[in-house]
Amino acid sequence: MNDSPSPLGELVKARVREFMREPGYVFWVFGFPVLLAVGLGIAFREKPPELPRVGVVAEADPARTSALFSAEKLLLAERLPRAQAERALARTKIDLLVDAQPDALVLRFDPAQERSRLARAAAVDVLQRGAGRRDVLEMREQTVSEVGSRYVDFLVPGLIGLNLMGSSMWGIGFNLVLARKRRLLRRYAVTPMHRTHFLLAYFFSRSIFLALELGLLIGFGKLFFGTHIRGSVLDVVVLGVVGAASFAAISLIVGSRLDNTEVANGWMNFVMLPMWILSGSFFSYERFPEWLRLPIRLLPLTAVNDALRAVYNDGASLLGVGFELGVLLTWGAVGFLVAIKAFRWQ
Amino acid sequence: MPAIRCRGLVKRYGDKVAVDGVDLEVATGECFGLLGPNGAGKTTTVEMIEGLYQPNAGSIELFGLPWGKGQDGDIRERFGVQLQETQLADKLTVAEVLRLFRSFYRRGRSVDELITLLALEEERNRYFSRLSGGQKQRVAVGCALVGDPELLFLDEPTTGLDPRARKSLWSIVERYREQGRSVLLTTHYMEEASALCDRVAVMDQGKIIALGTPRALVDSLGMVQFVEFEVTRPLSEAPLQALPSVDSLVNRGNHYRLRVDRSLAALRAVLEELERQGVQPIGLSTHQATLDDVFLHLTGRALEQQTEPA
Repeated sequence: MNDSPSPLGELVKARVREFMREPGYVFWVFGFPVLLAVGLGIAFREKPPELPRVGVVAEADPARTSALFSAEKLLLAERLPRAQAERALARTKIDLLVDAQPDALVLRFDPAQERSRLARAAAVDVLQRGAGRRDVLEMREQTVSEVGSRYVDFLVPGLIGLNLMGSSMWGIGFNLVLARKRRLLRRYAVTPMHRTHFLLAYFFSRSIFLALELGLLIGFGKLFFGTHIRGSVLDVVVLGVVGAASFAAISLIVGSRLDNTEVANGWMNFVMLPMWILSGSFFSYERFPEWLRLPIRLLPLTAVNDALRAVYNDGASLLGVGFELGVLLTWGAVGFLVAIKAFRWQ
Repeated sequence: MPAIRCRGLVKRYGDKVAVDGVDLEVATGECFGLLGPNGAGKTTTVEMIEGLYQPNAGSIELFGLPWGKGQDGDIRERFGVQLQETQLADKLTVAEVLRLFRSFYRRGRSVDELITLLALEEERNRYFSRLSGGQKQRVAVGCALVGDPELLFLDEPTTGLDPRARKSLWSIVERYREQGRSVLLTTHYMEEASALCDRVAVMDQGKIIALGTPRALVDSLGMVQFVEFEVTRPLSEAPLQALPSVDSLVNRGNHYRLRVDRSLAALRAVLEELERQGVQPIGLSTHQATLDDVFLHLTGRALEQQTEPA
């Protein structure tokens, strides 16, 4: 056995071993995101859009609405007794109610419901054409369902971002709090161990796991969902490293002084929960009001997600995601400086 | 050059003075014990000496070198520490933990050598979390010895250990001392201090209240011995206390403890008085003064109840 082991090497080995020997950690870092991808990927897999449902009042003259029943590619029609049809409309079991009154066909629907408006447009079209309307413009339709514009193409980069955040925050910040609570940090502090080695060990062990996480999620997305990186894989890796470093710096702040794991838990969630909700990992943050969008874009997770999606789906280069890179580097630099100032071994 | 020299150490936490002007000197090759109850300021004193905390006042030198003068790394190469209540990595094996700590020192002992010294051959590849309390503590001391230090800090090394585990730890410390190395030990077991230490300082409420060899401290109580017994029915204390050879009498329930002159006559007088009262003493024993008695004498309080009867 070599009797002068390298301190940095031993510290990195210790970190990696402790991680790999804790099944809980391995699951949360590697298993959970894959499960999430599978679950969400299946839930939101591409399927033909549901047809608008149209109820037709059974008591009215059937001949005037018969066109609705020979257009099964455009809508689903069914005859219902008046009272039942009214109820179905109120409960949105049908999107549109058609009643043949003596003077006109009456279309009843809720204009606030998108599906009802679709149902109305489809029904109008079918009924008018059935009655002999001729279209005056010649049109041709082309449908698209391209890799890069599906929900999973949106989701996979978002999951990578989420994972970068989670494993950096727990793997570094929480781990430091735990080591301080167990008085391991002060035990290290009374040895001649170089302080830089200690931090570098976190950096290197994090990088090793980062490589595994990225490989796993990118590979899984490709094999399972056929996601494709339009930009350069190297750029995805660079973004992964910068993103992980930025979250690492933030987590260092959380881990710089606390020695109580419950309190640390609270802070971790305080930092991460807003980003889970706001940063558009699962759905686009475009749904938030305009004035919130700039603050949201300044969050590190948003920056990672946006940048990864740009490279993944739009084939952007690192230059094209300069704003996001700037956000990440700023968080990283500021966080690191604050953490170094605040850090306590006791 | 002493291994440790401190002058006028003071540490305050807010209004509370944890350490209140401690002077301390540990000679090379000496095993020095800091005794006292929990909260006496022993650990704070030691952790200041180890460089973990800055004192509010006072000076510290290890091997003649002060902290914070650019030689901290060199100082740390020369001592080893076992801290109170440190949980080393759970999911590392004994050999891995020792190797990790070994890597921090420029020179030191090999992992194999240490494992033999600690008598942990069978546990070599066992996770730290699966060790018994005594084994964990031996690994902790092993991590302190791994850099082959000139000075060893042991903070309550045997608290919570059973007597066998305690003896096995003591023998490791004794073997280390055979090489002429120095030890600073804190403990609240008086027995431990008597067994290991050349000199002891008794600490109470942040101050050193007595200093000397265990023998000298015990002798400072004078030529006394202790008589202990239990009774099944009450006895009248006044006539016992009135005996000229009886210094003091302490009564806990039906347990009595008398401090008397160290003579047969004194013992005879006590027994005659018990006989006169018709009291049958149970488990009667006499013993020489111990460091516990010294502490009781100095502070008027019992040190602690955890010490096993000798």
